[in-house]
Amino acid sequence: MSATTHESAKDLAIQAIGFNLWYGTFQALYDVNLDIKGGIITSLIGPSGCGKSTFLRSVNRINERLGYVRTNGSITLFGKNILDEDVELSQLRKHVGMVFQRPNPLPISIRDNILYGYRIHNPNANKSEEEGIMEAALRKVLLWDKVKDKLNKKASVGLSLEEMQKLCIARLLPTNPTLLLMDEPCSALDPKGTAAVEELIWELRGEFSILIVTHNMAQARRASDECIFMLMGKVMEHTKTEDLFVNPAKKETADYIEGRYG
Amino acid sequence: MSDITAATTAEAAGDRLDKNWMIDKGLQALMFICGFSAIIFVLGIFIFVFKEGAEFVAHKMDFAEFFFSPKWRPTSLSNPTYGILALIAGTAAITALSMAICLPFSLGAAVFIGEFAKGKTREYLKILIELLAAIPSVVWGFIGLAIMNPFIIKTFDVPIGLNVLNSSLILALMAAPIVTSLAEDALKAVPDAYREAAEALGATRWQMIYKVIIPAAKNGLLSAALLGVGRAFGETMAVLMASGHSINMPTSMFDSVRALTATIAAELGETPVGSDHYQALFAIGIFLFIITFVINLAADLIVRGVRKG
Repeated sequence: MSATTHESAKDLAIQAIGFNLWYGTFQALYDVNLDIKGGIITSLIGPSGCGKSTFLRSVNRINERLGYVRTNGSITLFGKNILDEDVELSQLRKHVGMVFQRPNPLPISIRDNILYGYRIHNPNANKSEEEGIMEAALRKVLLWDKVKDKLNKKASVGLSLEEMQKLCIARLLPTNPTLLLMDEPCSALDPKGTAAVEELIWELRGEFSILIVTHNMAQARRASDECIFMLMGKVMEHTKTEDLFVNPAKKETADYIEGRYG
Repeated sequence: MSDITAATTAEAAGDRLDKNWMIDKGLQALMFICGFSAIIFVLGIFIFVFKEGAEFVAHKMDFAEFFFSPKWRPTSLSNPTYGILALIAGTAAITALSMAICLPFSLGAAVFIGEFAKGKTREYLKILIELLAAIPSVVWGFIGLAIMNPFIIKTFDVPIGLNVLNSSLILALMAAPIVTSLAEDALKAVPDAYREAAEALGATRWQMIYKVIIPAAKNGLLSAALLGVGRAFGETMAVLMASGHSINMPTSMFDSVRALTATIAAELGETPVGSDHYQALFAIGIFLFIITFVINLAADLIVRGVRKG
């Protein structure tokens, strides 16, 4: 099914084996088997309700806050099964950052937003250390010059959606995550903002493994290395992006990318 | 063709006078009267209280004595004095202590219901707390008299159990449901996106509540607390029964005191209408009115501040 099956589990950013998920009695994911490579951008596409966000939200287990989610099978990140009992959610989420559909800066200052995750995992860090880390994160997302004079202002006012989304990406960086999950990160943005954020995601490629859910096929096509097509809770196809778009192996994939449903 | 149009128009015009139209208009008028009457009643009470107290305030009242003398002796034949300082002190002591007891519990309960309790537990807790709000104040007063009084005498070895502590405990219980449910509303108004963001960054439940949810809800929580203060401040019957009702500058929580509200309730029925004593009680009423108005207004403005920010 995928081109990456012979790689050892350690090199894989995400390896899902026989992963099923139910919301109450509704089964949202069926026997998902995926080998997602580290260091590249992989996009997840498929029509609404196909389970792509559900899978993404299973990788940092944020799904579980709903309280009525059951799973079986395994999801392994760099060799460690995150569904094991000894996994601490806080530690897992230190290594796996998540960007949401709507930019959701916390209602605290820009500085505190960027350092929120860092302070959780480094409660005794000193001020100057924090300042350096914050500046590096903001520089990385090209936001430093824009916000350096209003670091103490609230992050939820006075920033454009694009800037907020960049901020939401920047606040993941101080904890040195290995994997970034992005749930339609550009769907709330205008075309200009979309281009800027996409460019930023491309910049982060290589340093992080990135899994991105998108509704926008053009975006998947231009901004990802590999592409996974899902339908009705099942993985249909997982291959290099250009192959998937030029030469889809399955009829359903071809129908979807040609816009026959979605 | 034009005939038909004319006929339809006439019919349409006639439609307006049919039964549904009448019911609609009639009910609209009724609703208007209901809504408007609330304003009329509030204004009416306002005007009545001010009218009854105005003469005393304008001509007979010695402001310094009224606010700074602890001697409330309205029935003295030779030299009646109208100092409400002891009553203010009584009300303030009871309100302050009751809030000191009530707020931590209520806010804790609100956080538990809003952020930790799930499903059935949460529903039952909410119903129970609302039930607490439905207990009449005279029943609370009765509990103060019959249960708390001997309990306090025994536990703390004091001569009398009708005191600041007793009425504060009763008031704390009375204000708790209001504060809890308003505080829970304030927590519920915090967008779920904040919780998700904090959790996705690795925050534990408590780190999230402490650093994100409570700061985001702080105006709503503050206004809930203020309305609790207003409730404690304005309560009459339970305080009358549980406070001991004796004029006293309290020095400890085991002193019996008298509250502003309780004074009015206890004395107004026994004063000749229009006498100085009667008018002085209304002056106290005006004072209470202004304070509760300020508290409620502050709470309202704080909540509005939330919506704007």
